[in-house]
Amino acid sequence: MSTTAELLKGAAELFPDEVVTTAHVRHFDLPFGAGRFALITLDNGFDHTKPTTFGPQSLANLNTAIDQVEKEAAEGTIVGAGITGKPFIFAVGADLKGVELLKRHEDALAIGKGGHDVFKRLSSLGVPTFAYYNGAAMGGGVEVGLHCTYRTVSSALPAFSLPEVFLGLVPGWGGCTVLPNLIGADRAVTVIIENSLNQNKQLKGKQVYELGIADAIFEGADFLEQSLLWTASVLKGEIVVERAEVDRGEGWDAAVARGRFIADSKVHGAAPAAYRALDIIEAAKDGDLQKGFDAEDTALADLIMGGELRSGIYAFNLVQKRAKRPAGAPDKSLARPVTKVGVVGAGLMASQLALLFLRRLEVPVVLTDIDQERVDKGVGYVHGEIDKLLGKGRINQDKANRLKGLVSGVLDKAEGFADADFIIEAVFEEMSVKQKVFAEVEAVAPAHAILATNTSSLSVSEMASKLQHPERVVGFHFFNPVAILPLLEIVRGEQTDDASLATAFGVAKKLKKTAVLTKDAPAFVVNRILTRFMGEIQNVIDEGTPVETAEKAIEPLGLPMSPLVLLELVGPAIGLHVSETLNRAFPDRFTVSPNLAAVVKAGKRGFYVYDSGKPELDPEVAALLKQGDTVLTEQQVRDRVLDAVAQEIGLMLDEGVVAEAQDIDLCLITGAGWPFHLGGITPYLDREGVSERVNGKRFLAQGVASVPA
Amino acid sequence: MPRTVRDVVFVDGVRTPFGKAGPKGIYHETRADDLVVKAIRELLRRNPGLDPAQIDEVAIAATTQIGDQGLTIGRTAGILAGLPQSVPGYSIDRMCAGALTAVTSVAGSIAFGAYDAVIAGGVEHMGRHPMGEGVDPNPRFVSEKLVDESALFMGMTAENLHDRYPHITKQRADEYAVRSQEKAAKAYANGKIQADLVPVSVRRTNPEAGETGWGLVTADEPMRPGTTLESLANLKTPFRVHGNVTAGNAAGLNDGATASIIASEDFARENGLPVKMRLVSYAFAGVEPEVMGYGPIPATEKALAKAGLSIEDINLFEINEAFAVQVLAFLDHYGIADDDARVNQYGGAIAFGHPLASSGVRLMTQLARQFEEQPEVRYGLTTMCVGFGMGATVIWENPHWEGK
Repeated sequence: MSTTAELLKGAAELFPDEVVTTAHVRHFDLPFGAGRFALITLDNGFDHTKPTTFGPQSLANLNTAIDQVEKEAAEGTIVGAGITGKPFIFAVGADLKGVELLKRHEDALAIGKGGHDVFKRLSSLGVPTFAYYNGAAMGGGVEVGLHCTYRTVSSALPAFSLPEVFLGLVPGWGGCTVLPNLIGADRAVTVIIENSLNQNKQLKGKQVYELGIADAIFEGADFLEQSLLWTASVLKGEIVVERAEVDRGEGWDAAVARGRFIADSKVHGAAPAAYRALDIIEAAKDGDLQKGFDAEDTALADLIMGGELRSGIYAFNLVQKRAKRPAGAPDKSLARPVTKVGVVGAGLMASQLALLFLRRLEVPVVLTDIDQERVDKGVGYVHGEIDKLLGKGRINQDKANRLKGLVSGVLDKAEGFADADFIIEAVFEEMSVKQKVFAEVEAVAPAHAILATNTSSLSVSEMASKLQHPERVVGFHFFNPVAILPLLEIVRGEQTDDASLATAFGVAKKLKKTAVLTKDAPAFVVNRILTRFMGEIQNVIDEGTPVETAEKAIEPLGLPMSPLVLLELVGPAIGLHVSETLNRAFPDRFTVSPNLAAVVKAGKRGFYVYDSGKPELDPEVAALLKQGDTVLTEQQVRDRVLDAVAQEIGLMLDEGVVAEAQDIDLCLITGAGWPFHLGGITPYLDREGVSERVNGKRFLAQGVASVPA
Repeated sequence: MPRTVRDVVFVDGVRTPFGKAGPKGIYHETRADDLVVKAIRELLRRNPGLDPAQIDEVAIAATTQIGDQGLTIGRTAGILAGLPQSVPGYSIDRMCAGALTAVTSVAGSIAFGAYDAVIAGGVEHMGRHPMGEGVDPNPRFVSEKLVDESALFMGMTAENLHDRYPHITKQRADEYAVRSQEKAAKAYANGKIQADLVPVSVRRTNPEAGETGWGLVTADEPMRPGTTLESLANLKTPFRVHGNVTAGNAAGLNDGATASIIASEDFARENGLPVKMRLVSYAFAGVEPEVMGYGPIPATEKALAKAGLSIEDINLFEINEAFAVQVLAFLDHYGIADDDARVNQYGGAIAFGHPLASSGVRLMTQLARQFEEQPEVRYGLTTMCVGFGMGATVIWENPHWEGK
């Protein structure tokens, strides 16, 4: 047994539940008398809904297939060899479940080395090798093809990426080293760093070809046939593949610098993966592949044993899996159909909701408001947005006509809501106003209609309390911008029944939102945590820490924006309002900052001015601030803020606001954009020891979003 | 409005290699619609002078029009092949003569002036759609003795034809079959067949059928080069005890697709498209369903009469070899020797296979190659027998004919 085989056998024993990919070898004659060819098909035996992955046994299977093909090449019975995938899927990379199980640095190293040892054989097989990217290719799937002599890609390929950095890894089976040597460092940085950190952006087949990753592109209808005909021509010397010269001078350095700039702007140095990848790309400039592969092995092993990757995989699973099966949602068979939607209010938020319901549900949507002008403005907004979609080619004229025909506005709620199944209010955030609105709606709406509120902090139970049928009231809390942030907090009031809740979850699914069930607790999940977080920062500023120190203290987390920039986005007035609400509920933990109140009172929309291009403290705001004389260090600020967050989450879980810490993290990722490398936040609090310090225990068991014990 | 009948030409034809139907066949895991799509795309690649937007129709034949051969396959195949949405399509059925009828139907429309250029072809995946799948013959056929029960089983109709012509013995049929295999092997060796085949990628997941994974099919699977009289002598006669028809002297059960471009001659010349054959006449005829193999004879009589030609004018024959006996009955009728060099020069369906509704265009594609090679020949014909007692014949003129 070769050392590679031994290495992989050891790894396979650590991962008994691997979904194993088989590497089938099939032989046939190429057209034009080009000779006998061996084609390896990667196939895990399932259809395209379970994409092909590489675990250790899968790599061992590929290794065995390559043994056979290599022997045939040596014997002269084949003139070339290829590799492709099952229908619609090429291969989507390493099996993350196997990565999660790894406990020891040397085992992690073995996975990296095992992959390299198998894949790199394709670059020195004795005959030319060809990768045919027929369908989705990601991570190790992309990399196995990079080791081949030539590549073709299907123009129908929907997704191609190196998502490792997005998860917290580096493309470590040759990606960091081979790709820049193939297409140049700048393009490699685009694929490995920029796309990955841009929400894991996928390339299409045409882009794969234009970037120079593939040497030829063919249409999906007869992709493999045309690829093999092309192969025959290449092998006969009728087609000579020419690739652009790679800039190994300043261009390479500039590309790496650009990559670092992108990484800084996205993760602010808080997650190591992008930087490790860039180090390898930088070193690959000399074209020494084996040195690069060794560096990839080390980086992979280090990152696999680090908390950021474990958090990244945990976060990935939350948004891919838990988001699709909301914890605590009632059986979906209880849900009632929703064939018409009412929206109370025609302001901006209400109009955005109307547009969302319209586009996703494609049922009549009726807006109401207190005067015709507001109604007209709301409907006009929706029409305008439909026209924008039409202009961008996102919808066609027929669809635009249909959507416009479905939206209407009326003054009379009785006229608008008499046959509505789902009515959502987005009126002024004041309990008495909302209660009055719901009472009016109940008087005219069908008995079965769901009454939903988009309140961000008011009690859903109290809002329902004066109704004849409080069981049909649910909280339906969206996040701004509604069209972009996936989170929807679905709030169960004290009297909400299962059918209403099931209907709400059914609607959420059709809206393509990530629904999380929360108890009717003050400010629910995201706003409560963000307010506590912001409140603690505000406290240290009020007590005397300079604004700059307070902001810098949070930078190591790598949040998408600094706390005060976030406050500006939310609006200081709304921030103040939520803090007042929470202060009433929990006066011992939530404060109302007099400085924030002063800023709001002065009508300022934020703390910063951007005259120099960078955020600088607005001198007018600075003049308003009344600070104490307690100046904390960055570390002290960070400890205080994180302790507060850990305490609040601990209390929320004790109160049963959500089912598990996982739901808190899912909310923070999808509602506040908190990063994967923090895993939301609880994995970070666990690994930094904050949970233990504050609550005396971890949020997540060892092995969940962390290296198993 | 005054009209002029226009000349109709066969521009080009291609086909997939033919496969053996069944779980071990090369196309067992390949869809029928994909087969015809690949043929259409190859045709377009070979004829860049034809702007796809100028195609007026896609006529695709299939006998069993359900599943992947249903849903108006002429339309769906056009969309799947990437033709513009503006190009319409339809399905057509005359069992074995499906593709031939697709060609004659669109040819009539071209002559009339309704179309300029058309794609016509056929497909039959007899593995996915065995003969007789989903049929529901009216009980009156039997109760009123409209046809004999044997009429529904093509092998039995072939045995019936042996009864009608006792001088066509099993020995003659087997000798004919051996020659068909020999001629096909020779045509392959000379590269006559491959030039009009489109390679097809095929997936296999069943290890009992051979190596698994993706493969590429570049040759006909049913061929049995080296077939001898001895090897045929002891084959079973599945349609009748002590009968004459065997798997060796008949076409098998096969999968495959064909496609051709049919156009008005003016359009072809204006667009720089090849003119491989010129349509002279065509005819269909009905015969007793129990001896459907007789069909080509009256069909050919009619087609010759319409063209004002006699059988002596025809110097190349492409006869579909559903059964050797049916070819021999035709040859006997016209006094042509069993081994006449003008007949099926590249071999026939006994060697290549006969995926029912696709075969007509295979005959044309092969005749077109022979025309090109033999400019001394002016006229040729393609003919085939059809289930339920029919025959179909198309007479073609060689545009390469050197005259006199």
